[in-house]
Amino acid sequence: MRLRLEARPEPSRAMLWLSPLLAALLAAAGGGVVFALLGYDPWAALGMLFLAPLSSLDGLTELGLKATPLLLCALGIAIGVRANVWNIGAEGQLTMGAIAGGGVALAFGGAGHWWVLPLMLLAGVAGGAAWGALPALLRTRFNAHEILTTLMLNYVAIQILGWLVHGPWIDPEGFNFPQTRMFEADALLPVLVEGSRLHAGFLLALLAVPLGWLLLARTVTGFRLRTVGQAPAAARYAGFSASGAVWFSLVLSGALAGLAGVSEAAGPVGQLQPSMSPGYGFAAIIVAFLGRLNPVGILFASLLMALLYLGGEQLQVSMQLPLAATGTIQGMLLFFLLATDVFIDQRLVLAEARHA
Amino acid sequence: MPQGATPLMHGQVLPPRLALTGIVKRYGAMLANDAVTLSVAPGEIHALLGENGAGKSTLMKIVYGVVAPDAGTIAWEGRPVAIPDPNAARALGIGMVFQHFSLFETLTVAENIALGLGTRQPLAALTAEIRRVAAQYGLAVEPGRHVHHLSVGERQRVEILRCLLQRPRLLILDEPTSVLTPQEAEGLFAMLRRLAEEGCSILYISHKLEEIRALCTAATVLRAGQVVARCDPRIETAESLAEMMIGGGLARTSRPPARWTGPPCLVVDGLTLAADEPFGTTLREVALELRAGEILGIAGVAGNGQKELLAALAGERRAPGARILLQGRPIGVLGPAERRDRGLHFIPEERLGRGAVAEYSLAENALLTRLNPTTAPRGLLDLRAVNALAARLITRFGVRCAGPAAQGRSLSGGNMQKFIVGREIDAGPRVLLAAHPTWGVDIGAALAIRQALLDLAAAGAGVLVVSEDLDELLEIADRIAVLSGGRLSPPVPVSQTSVEAIGLLMGGAEGVAHAVAA
Repeated sequence: MRLRLEARPEPSRAMLWLSPLLAALLAAAGGGVVFALLGYDPWAALGMLFLAPLSSLDGLTELGLKATPLLLCALGIAIGVRANVWNIGAEGQLTMGAIAGGGVALAFGGAGHWWVLPLMLLAGVAGGAAWGALPALLRTRFNAHEILTTLMLNYVAIQILGWLVHGPWIDPEGFNFPQTRMFEADALLPVLVEGSRLHAGFLLALLAVPLGWLLLARTVTGFRLRTVGQAPAAARYAGFSASGAVWFSLVLSGALAGLAGVSEAAGPVGQLQPSMSPGYGFAAIIVAFLGRLNPVGILFASLLMALLYLGGEQLQVSMQLPLAATGTIQGMLLFFLLATDVFIDQRLVLAEARHA
Repeated sequence: MPQGATPLMHGQVLPPRLALTGIVKRYGAMLANDAVTLSVAPGEIHALLGENGAGKSTLMKIVYGVVAPDAGTIAWEGRPVAIPDPNAARALGIGMVFQHFSLFETLTVAENIALGLGTRQPLAALTAEIRRVAAQYGLAVEPGRHVHHLSVGERQRVEILRCLLQRPRLLILDEPTSVLTPQEAEGLFAMLRRLAEEGCSILYISHKLEEIRALCTAATVLRAGQVVARCDPRIETAESLAEMMIGGGLARTSRPPARWTGPPCLVVDGLTLAADEPFGTTLREVALELRAGEILGIAGVAGNGQKELLAALAGERRAPGARILLQGRPIGVLGPAERRDRGLHFIPEERLGRGAVAEYSLAENALLTRLNPTTAPRGLLDLRAVNALAARLITRFGVRCAGPAAQGRSLSGGNMQKFIVGREIDAGPRVLLAAHPTWGVDIGAALAIRQALLDLAAAGAGVLVVSEDLDELLEIADRIAVLSGGRLSPPVPVSQTSVEAIGLLMGGAEGVAHAVAA
């Protein structure tokens, strides 16, 4: 008797949606084990990680705040992956969005013009889109794979931001801290809940969910993208352009990440700093897969990931656990998701003794 | 060759080389093999006949140790054996030549054989051994040549040689002549007869009935997983064999009198196109004229430019220098979707992955080539219209499936093909390109597809059929041209040609091609 994986005749619908839940539970259990090994009370730590942030209005608004960039980046990544275009560069596109939007804020903010904020958002979208267009050009023109180019362009974007906030854009009255001056009130996104940091960017991110769903499920463009991703030869046969899909998905996901970046700059941060994101662009890759590359699923996955960020901060503050604890649980989440995904197309069977 | 399948030795009857008893294999709800009993005598050439999905492949996989049976016994020369994997099968003396070759293109023949054998024998010794065995069986193969230079027929000889070097006592061949010219097939048969005379048993899987009648001394017929008949194919007719396979009378396509006098609907001139993959075929100065109302058959051994020709005609690849006219209008610069909008439809060779997407529902698969203002007004999909289209295709072309929501992969090959053929015919094309339209499709479905192509031509469309199945082309085509080495011979009316003449052209006799052209 031994265990064997066997292909299911039909992929399991139940496992398709159970797998992320199972993965979340297993990651929590794995986290508990890690906490216990480190000498902390696992139940207290898990409670702090998963439940404490949800117990107050303040925690809930922070959840929405953190989910905003994750949701925007993950939607773009998912649309790309559906077209078999792998954007690992949301972090860099987010950074370029923040730079472009922040540049507008620094140049035109403070004079009370109504158009400053819309222009900032547009600039942010354009900045992210341009940073996504670059790997699209490299891919379609030179056949350089976007996984590598988008990944490397992350670091280029962060270096550009670093140079700006250390040099030309440094706050002259900022005691030489590497950051720009705070944006003026007309260059900040309106706050949704009085006394919280939850801003209008959250609404834009929520709006992107049905739009993303509509694009993928109900438009000719989405159908072309999915076909290119699912069966390249069928797309060629049908006459759907593969390079068009590369351009569309990289520019779109760049634009969404750019919107996330400018929302961070004009939202909770309120200025440009050497780092505009605690790895939202990378965590969004996990979010995209946890949400089954489906916009509605991604909404829930981004909330779960936001919870991990929040809970992780709580653990740092109150139990002095390192930031790496959050990263460990994020990693476990992806690991267990990949493991449980095996059971969508396959099932475990007891191999019977072979015929004699 | 000896007539008796089981030679007597010392007055004692030898046990069968291979005896399968009560073999059962179940995949989910489907019974692929239902108590199959099969016996192959030493030195016998035994045909395994059956439609697609009858269970032939499953049975052979069980014999070769790829699949374990759920029940039943296998006896090898009288002793019960277990065959847990292909290594065990080879150790017993079973060799198998698959339909799809597993050779490394960039290695030489000898290197490929060495890899397949897994011997530690020095390459020089192995090369000598290959030469000896090749000469013994009349297999013309040069051990030092790289596989990517070889024709499909030569590659098959390499696969066969690889088996022969292991001195098999049972050789299984799966549809071996589908990649051969008629002349090459004759050579193969001579080799197999020789092998059988030496005592090697041969299990021969094919759907070409004439070939089985000429070669095999016994046959087992499978239908829906069960053995329905055992016979001596030499005393049967092709029709009686076919009736055993499908379990009923065989209908025939009704064919209108040949006609190729309509106005030209697709004209191609000076089509030269370099291969786009390392081992592809370059098209050279291809010219053809397809007329409305005719079926033009393109014969040829696979790998002689068929893929490239179809890609260039369908618009998947553009040939800058060529003149391509669709109903008098140049379409050379247009892509596949634009050509389709102008009435040129294409049924590709590969079903899942190209003609249809395995993960898509039939409704989505219908959409693949039918995006238009009805199914997708203003860029938004009208799901109701798409479902109605899929439902219409399913009923009109008798596609057996769960409905428009069924996934592409849930359909059998024949049903998927009916759906794809139906999707393109239903669009009302002016010109239809069809690649291997009935390849791997069961007899009933193949008949329906051929009839649909004939009806389409009768309704005034031009139909171009590329096929390796010469019998099929002779049945439905009005004129036949041969593609060989990237060159297309001038078409000849079917009534004025023969299998032999076409076979010579298929073999790449360029001088002959020019002689015919002259």
